[in-house]
Amino acid sequence: MKTVVTGVIGADCHIVGNRILQMALEEAGFKVVPLGIMVSQEEFVKAAVETNADAILVSSLYGQGELDCQGLRDKFEEAGLGRIHLVVGGNLVVGKQEWTDVERRFLAMGFNRAYPPGVDLRRVIEDLCRDLGVPA
Amino acid sequence: MSGSELWLFIDFGSTFTKVVAIDPATETVRARVQAPTTVATDITEGLGAALRLLEREVGDGVAYTRKLACSSAAGGLRMVTVGLVPDLTSEAARLAALGAGAKVVGTFSYKLPASDLVRIRDLRPDLILLAGGTDGGNEEVILHNARRLAELDLAAPVIVAGNRVVADEVVAILRAGGKEPVVADNVMPEFAQLSVEPVRERIREIFISHIVKAKGLQAAESFVEGILMPTPNAVLNAAVLLADGCPGEPGLGELVVLDVGGATTDVHSAARGAPTDADAVVKGLHEPYAKRTVEGDLGVRYNLRNVVEAMAGEAPPSAPGVAPGAFRAIAERFSRDATLTPETAEEAAVDAALAGVAVGQAMRRHAGSVEVFYSAQGPISVVRGKDLRGVSLVLGTGGPLVFSPRREAILRQACYDPAERASLRPVDPRLYIDSEYTMFAFGLLGEVDAKMAVRMLTRYCRPIEEGTSHGR
Repeated sequence: MKTVVTGVIGADCHIVGNRILQMALEEAGFKVVPLGIMVSQEEFVKAAVETNADAILVSSLYGQGELDCQGLRDKFEEAGLGRIHLVVGGNLVVGKQEWTDVERRFLAMGFNRAYPPGVDLRRVIEDLCRDLGVPA
Repeated sequence: MSGSELWLFIDFGSTFTKVVAIDPATETVRARVQAPTTVATDITEGLGAALRLLEREVGDGVAYTRKLACSSAAGGLRMVTVGLVPDLTSEAARLAALGAGAKVVGTFSYKLPASDLVRIRDLRPDLILLAGGTDGGNEEVILHNARRLAELDLAAPVIVAGNRVVADEVVAILRAGGKEPVVADNVMPEFAQLSVEPVRERIREIFISHIVKAKGLQAAESFVEGILMPTPNAVLNAAVLLADGCPGEPGLGELVVLDVGGATTDVHSAARGAPTDADAVVKGLHEPYAKRTVEGDLGVRYNLRNVVEAMAGEAPPSAPGVAPGAFRAIAERFSRDATLTPETAEEAAVDAALAGVAVGQAMRRHAGSVEVFYSAQGPISVVRGKDLRGVSLVLGTGGPLVFSPRREAILRQACYDPAERASLRPVDPRLYIDSEYTMFAFGLLGEVDAKMAVRMLTRYCRPIEEGTSHGR
């Protein structure tokens, strides 16, 4: 069974979408370590270390995800988990921006996958299964 | 008074051997005596001296039909804990050890380097607790640390309480190194979820089977039925019994116990500590219902300089009723002679001021904290640790507290302070005192008769206004 850590990064308090994500992941057979809201980068890293997580799913809804996510990959590098699978999704930036630009920026930051607002969770889980080598 | 039957409860303390005689027929404390602990020569000498004092109080021809003991002599139960992430499994292991009444002499994290192994060896622990990884989580680090500990030149038994997936492998590694491993359930089976009871049980078992002998206390076992647990464990037991009661005997509800000693200040809480504010965001470990912390740097005799330094805000340190400049001189005297008890009003005032500072600091470190963040969605409270604001009873024990005429003022320092909202201490609780300084005895009594222990605790732990005065 693959272990994934979920959480809403930064000072963001939007829990509902994150809970739905958690339920969908559990339904799909993942072991979920839910960190809830207002999760710091350090919390993601510490949780991944203890639970030997296979992937980190970072949510952000309040528009400041880009600031909050900077340096996360480096933190995992520092903790010896540099190759961990990083996924981000939600309302990642404010204003009307081209998604391909936003996605490019998050991939450049070290995320393996980035998803726009309103993405179908089935797609997210299909991708995750494929990326982690789990039969969907 | 011949022909009567008494039960004896003995605490082999670091400084004094205390003996409490309870009359099980009337459920009263008949006597409480103490004599200096003689661990360097023969533990039974001090016990004998205490028993002779006891005889003077209760007369001869008394049958002692139960004799149970606890001990913090010979340095207490010295433990080293090893985990993975410092504020996750390392902290969980530390909390479990403290809850079992241990003195945690070292806490280690991540893969142990050779230098840590040297430190562990030099600390000469009585017992090592090895944790790391949630169940199904990290395996690599606890396996690495087991291999390191297996090579260590140290006879201490090892409790294995980490990722259960590799528990058997960890045990095999330690056994191959000539160690005595014992398995307990993981201290942190799921992320941030603690399970400290199984570890506490294993620690108690090893305390009885190994530590008592290793500390040269077994000579006492020819007289007592058993040295059952470290003294702080007896006090925590009593705290839980007093709070929860037992079937048929109601307790007093959630509470906090402050135990001020010459070398340390212990805080025990028997409280869920869930946030009072329903909207609060909770971070960090979900701490145990029965939680003990000990402040090894806050004593009112041996570590008195730290307490005086903590008062540095009001330099020079002072107290009401103490002549200017006299404070430090009196404190120095206490520091030089740990057995000194306050004689003059001035000395009592200094003693009380020191105890108050120790109590305040210890409680601040035990209780949780709240931090308010202003987000786009308004203010958000983030709570870490136990929110004890709703706890309505604070109980004081320990010589410097029980025997102080200023015990109410001292205990007040443990309470919530509106000027310090971040510290989640009890708001305006009822203040109680362990009136005869016999709490450890009731904790031991709970092992043989929980109902009687609850009845005696509720009788002898009294509101301060009504407490028997030992004030000098």
